[in-house]
Amino acid sequence: MAKRTITEEFKKGLWAENAVLRLLLGMCPALAVTNSAINGLVMGLASTFVVVCSSTMVSTIRRLVPRQVRIPTYIVIIAGFVTLADLFLKAQFPAISKALGPYVPLIVVNCMIMSRAEFFASKHPLKPSMADALGTGLGFTGVLVVLGSIREILGFGSIFDIVIMTEEAFTPWVIMILPPGAFLSLGLMIGIINHFTELRKKRSGI
Amino acid sequence: MKEPSLKDTSLGMMLVLSSTAIIVGAVLAGFFQLVSAKIEANRLEEERRAIFAVIEGIECDECYEVITKDIEVDGKVKPFRIFRGHDMEGNTVGYSFIAEGPGFSAKIRMMVGLNVVPDTLSGLRVVEQIETPGLGDKITKEKFYSQFKGLSVKPEIEYVKNRKPEKANQIQAVTGATISSRAVVNAINKNIKVVLKALEEEEFKQSQIEEKF
Repeated sequence: MAKRTITEEFKKGLWAENAVLRLLLGMCPALAVTNSAINGLVMGLASTFVVVCSSTMVSTIRRLVPRQVRIPTYIVIIAGFVTLADLFLKAQFPAISKALGPYVPLIVVNCMIMSRAEFFASKHPLKPSMADALGTGLGFTGVLVVLGSIREILGFGSIFDIVIMTEEAFTPWVIMILPPGAFLSLGLMIGIINHFTELRKKRSGI
Repeated sequence: MKEPSLKDTSLGMMLVLSSTAIIVGAVLAGFFQLVSAKIEANRLEEERRAIFAVIEGIECDECYEVITKDIEVDGKVKPFRIFRGHDMEGNTVGYSFIAEGPGFSAKIRMMVGLNVVPDTLSGLRVVEQIETPGLGDKITKEKFYSQFKGLSVKPEIEYVKNRKPEKANQIQAVTGATISSRAVVNAINKNIKVVLKALEEEEFKQSQIEEKF
C-alpha cells in the first residue's frame, strides 16, 4: 500500500472510506438516534471524541499490547472513553443526554470505533492514527446530521427544532421518525450515492 | 528465530490487560468524583423545576417543603416524598409527588401536582422517559399535560381513545400511543391512593399541633 500523507489519512474518512456510507460500519447508532438533526450531531460528536481518544491511546500502546489480548484491551479503553463522554454529557448537557438515552453507552460497541483501532491505529504511528480517527469521526458525524435532517424535515417538518413547514401546510410522515424511516432513508441514500459513483466510473472508463 | 518477548507470554497478557483495566478504572473513578456533584445537582434542579411547574401559586424559590413518609408499596415499606408548596404566609397552595410506572420501553417517572383539596390534579410533568420518539414521547408535550390540569382523581383516572373525554376524571389518550398514555394514568392511580392517605394523616397531625397552642 502506498504511503499516504496525514491530510490524505484525514480526508479518506470523510467520503471515500466513509464509515456509514462506504464501509457500512456503525449502523446501529446511525439508524437509532437520527430522528432529529441535533441528536445526530451530538451522537456524531460524542463518537468522534471517543474514536479520536481511543485511536490515540491504541496507537500509543500498540507495541506493548500482545496480539492475543488486543481486542479486550481496546474494548476496555473504548469503554473508558465512552463512560467519560457519558458522564460529561450528563453533567453539562442533561437535556441532550436524556434525549440520547441508552445510546451513548452503546458507542462502546460501535464497530466504526473498533475498526479504527483494529485496522489502523494498532498498525500506524500516532499522528496518522489521530488524523484517520478524526476524519472517520467527522465523516460519521456528517452522515448522521444529514440523515437526522432528512428524517426531521419529513417527520416533524422542522430542522434543528426550527419549524420550516407548519402542520397545516404539510402532514408529517410519522414513519420517518420511527425505525423504518431510518432504514428507508439510509438505504435510499446509499443506493443513490452508489448509483452516481457507478455512473461516474462508467463515464471515466469510456 | 527471535526470542519470545515477555509480552507474548501468558504473564505478559495478564499484565497488559489488568493494568489497562486498572488505569481506566482509576481514571473513571476520578472523573466520576469530579462530576457526580454536578449530575446530582442537575437531577435536583430538574425535580425542583417540575415541582414549580405542577404546583401553582408557589410564591418564592424556597416556598416548598419535603414531607417524607414511610409508605408500604407492594408489601415493602419505602420512604416516599411528598412536596408541599406554600405561599409567603405559609399557606398550602398544593402538593406534588413523584409517580413511577412501566411505560412502552422503560420506566416513566413523572411529577404529579395535587390541588389543596386533593381530589383534583393541578398539573403533570414527565421527568424521565424513553418512549418512542414522535409517538410515545408526546406524553411530554403541553397538549397532553394540559389534560391533567383540574382532572378529577375520584374514583380513579380513566382514559378514552379517539374521542373527547366526557367525564371529569377522563383524559384522551395520545393517538398511536395508548400504551404510553395508559402507563401515565396507571402510575398516577397507583400512587395517588397512598399519597391521599399520607396527606390525611399529615393534616390530622397538623390540626393536633394547632389545638395544643
